[in-house]
Amino acid sequence: MIPISWYLVLSLVLFALGAFGFIARRNVIIMLMCIEIMLNAVNISLVALGRGLEDTAAHLLVFFVIAVAAGEAAIGLALVVLLFKKTREVHMDEFRLLKG
Amino acid sequence: METLVFLYLAIVLVVTSLLVVTNRNAVHAVLWMLVMFFHQAILFLTLDAEFLALVQIIVYAGAVLVLFLFVVYMINLRTELNIRNFHVFWPVAATVSIVMGVLAVEAIKDFKAGPVVGDMTPEVIAKVGHAKVLGKALFTQHILSFETAGVLLLVAVLGAVVLTRRIRFKGDEV
Repeated sequence: MIPISWYLVLSLVLFALGAFGFIARRNVIIMLMCIEIMLNAVNISLVALGRGLEDTAAHLLVFFVIAVAAGEAAIGLALVVLLFKKTREVHMDEFRLLKG
Repeated sequence: METLVFLYLAIVLVVTSLLVVTNRNAVHAVLWMLVMFFHQAILFLTLDAEFLALVQIIVYAGAVLVLFLFVVYMINLRTELNIRNFHVFWPVAATVSIVMGVLAVEAIKDFKAGPVVGDMTPEVIAKVGHAKVLGKALFTQHILSFETAGVLLLVAVLGAVVLTRRIRFKGDEV
């Protein structure tokens, strides 16, 4: 049995990568994908902990995280489409107004 | 053998997410992310969570990534391949992320799981199946959360439709 701390370290590394991408990338679509990477990192730690503590609550939380991630992707991509329609641009540093 | 599988999965997960973060071409990034999701599903399988592995493939690889791919194809920026893809402050962002990761790993590397609190032992999973164990807990203890998640998804779908529809005012298009 692999110790749970290995899974936690893997999850933290993935989370740091996703956070870096979210801060540093200019493309809004890639930024949304980095959010998905961060959610997946958290899912890994939750599944490992649920397996280690033999508790169903952690695995159910993963289920709900996946549902929320699907909704977030739908709304986020709709916003990206709106931004592109308005400005013909998907680069984060070009947007200076929140006004539609 | 177990350790070898885990190391392979960990290395592939880290490398593919690095490729997603640094790739210039959004289509390639989406495809690398597909590879990442499949490996993550296998990681879930090694943790005896076969239902979550299936949901991972169906929802992430089947629904979310297809959505991403459609939007990437709708917004095909040819200029993307020639301009810089990071902000000018990306070294600072990299430093912050690396420091955060190192500190968190230092804090958590001696983690030991406490005593077992639940009843989802490997024997139960092998006997009745992971999906049945989860389903029983989901539809008895967490039924309110389940219904709320359903409403949330409905609202998300309606929101996406409302946001992207074309508004018409008496003939002319806005």
